[in-house]
Amino acid sequence: MFGEGILKGLAETARNFFGSFVSAERLTTVEYPEQRIAPFEAARVFPFLVYDGEDWLAGLRCVACQICEKECPPQCIFIEKSKDKKPDFVGKPQSYPMRFEIDISVCMSCQICVEVCPFEAIKMDTAFELSTGDRFGGLLLNLTQLAKPNAYYRQIHPTGAAEVDARMAEEMAKAEAKAKTATDAAAKAAADAAATKAADATPAAGDASQSRPDEESRR
Amino acid sequence: MSESQSHSAAAGENPEGRKPGSQNLVSQRPESQKLEGWNRPARTEPEADGQLLEVSMGPHHPSTHGVFRMDVALDGERVIRLRPVFGYLHRNHEKLGEGQSYLSSMPYTDRLDYFCSLSNNWAYALAVEKLAGQQVPERAEYLRVILAELTRFQNHASSIGFLIQEMGASGTPLMYAFREREKILDLFEELTGARMMCNYMRFGGCRVDASPAWLEKARARVAALPGFVDEFERLLATNEILMARCQGVGILRPELAVNAGVTGPMLRASGVGYDIRKVDGYGIYNRFSFRVPLGEHGDVYDRFMVRLLEMRESVKILEQALKEIPAGPVMDPRLKLRNFRPKPGEAYGRIEAPKGELGFYLISDGGPNPYRYRVRPPSLINLTILEDMCLGHSVADVVLISGSVDIVLGEVDR
Repeated sequence: MFGEGILKGLAETARNFFGSFVSAERLTTVEYPEQRIAPFEAARVFPFLVYDGEDWLAGLRCVACQICEKECPPQCIFIEKSKDKKPDFVGKPQSYPMRFEIDISVCMSCQICVEVCPFEAIKMDTAFELSTGDRFGGLLLNLTQLAKPNAYYRQIHPTGAAEVDARMAEEMAKAEAKAKTATDAAAKAAADAAATKAADATPAAGDASQSRPDEESRR
Repeated sequence: MSESQSHSAAAGENPEGRKPGSQNLVSQRPESQKLEGWNRPARTEPEADGQLLEVSMGPHHPSTHGVFRMDVALDGERVIRLRPVFGYLHRNHEKLGEGQSYLSSMPYTDRLDYFCSLSNNWAYALAVEKLAGQQVPERAEYLRVILAELTRFQNHASSIGFLIQEMGASGTPLMYAFREREKILDLFEELTGARMMCNYMRFGGCRVDASPAWLEKARARVAALPGFVDEFERLLATNEILMARCQGVGILRPELAVNAGVTGPMLRASGVGYDIRKVDGYGIYNRFSFRVPLGEHGDVYDRFMVRLLEMRESVKILEQALKEIPAGPVMDPRLKLRNFRPKPGEAYGRIEAPKGELGFYLISDGGPNPYRYRVRPPSLINLTILEDMCLGHSVADVVLISGSVDIVLGEVDR
């Protein structure tokens, strides 16, 4: 019969139309500003810099190694390295960024910077309502705008943050253990030295072997 | 060219196929219309009796899927000349790839065919893996197949939706297709972090592993996909208006398709059984049982049906892959992403992207960035025979034919 196919198709449309009244599965949209879907944990929008502790400048994980600046495909990151150094979370003196700017009008949210960062310093944000009236200054984020606490990172990416925290705690424990062995060794050496001074012997070889792996452990 | 017969009026005997109106357009074309190399002189002399109307369709025409222009010369309603003009979206993709590291090119490949970013990722990763001689872990191969087939499914669904929309059915089929695509994009977002610009695959594996929860969700979604294909088929496949508009329109002869290098559903709709998943067996495709649907007439309707059937085959592959996916790593942790310098050499990695053969050709001189980076885009090469398919048809059919090619301008212009 001519027109059978059309009728079949219309039956399908009717099924969908009336189905939306009885089946919640068929309602596929949400009324956006009022209703919101929570972003997925893996969601990524624009990068931000993670800091530990309260003081963002002191706790910034970024050491201005400029790897992300080099690897960024659209070249939207600008970093100026500091002249002086500050201690990082394990206490090793590291450079820090004097300026760290990301032009989010150029950024294409590819996450390459996050992948190449060896210090877990740059992570992807999930905030997406970022419209601004100032399209030049408003979209060029500087260090103060980019720095966000680790608590925020834990909140938006719980799984990833837990992994990073575990890895960093391990590293810190290792560094502390190394420092402890170093101080112990130094104390022992001092004691030994005092003892040798008294007993007139040479324990210097054991002291040197203790300190070398400690230096290696600090990147 | 037989000007007296429009496609719908030519109901005479046709030795080639069952449908009325199939014209052997290629053989009917005069010798003067054949391509004479790249610098073919512009044909200014009118080939019809009346005055020619030159219409510039595009670049801002909704039927052209982006910024693409067709310079059409019309005699009345019939197209007697059509020249595709592209380059409006040229982004210097290949030269950019030569100026930056291998890793940095990966997110740019998402932006070639932005409907199927995961297929593009795979083709590029395949080329670099060939170049560097890297092995891919088993689980990563399965994940790649799953994601590529999901990509193919959503691409074909929305491509059919766009095709029907260009026929005038504005809304319903496209919205149904997008409803389904949305569910697949949710899967992509949960796994890769982005809906369209996934940037997921890496040389030697995938970026992150899929959680068991994700795989469960994917299984549930895939189990619902055949229902959608059935619905789509009931909605469209036997619709008389659609059949009247599509059958016998835009016929592509298999000889011309092969000679022009057309690949993908376009070629298979013309009856040539060429699917790189079968021919090349890249990845682990030789482990799955699936069939390659072929058309018989090479018209718009066959292209539509081939896509519909391919969606069913994709679901078959997905079910097998999701059942068999093994545990294990998705990437060798010793592989380094930065300072990646493959040894000097060249490699061509190709996959069956939803639109055809997508290939990446790379030459390495041992440096951190490729010496030559070349993309073989299926959309561009499938577009080259647009004029041959459109000659003799009306303007409304030109829109339909260009829709059935399934182009994405990000890939055509690069």
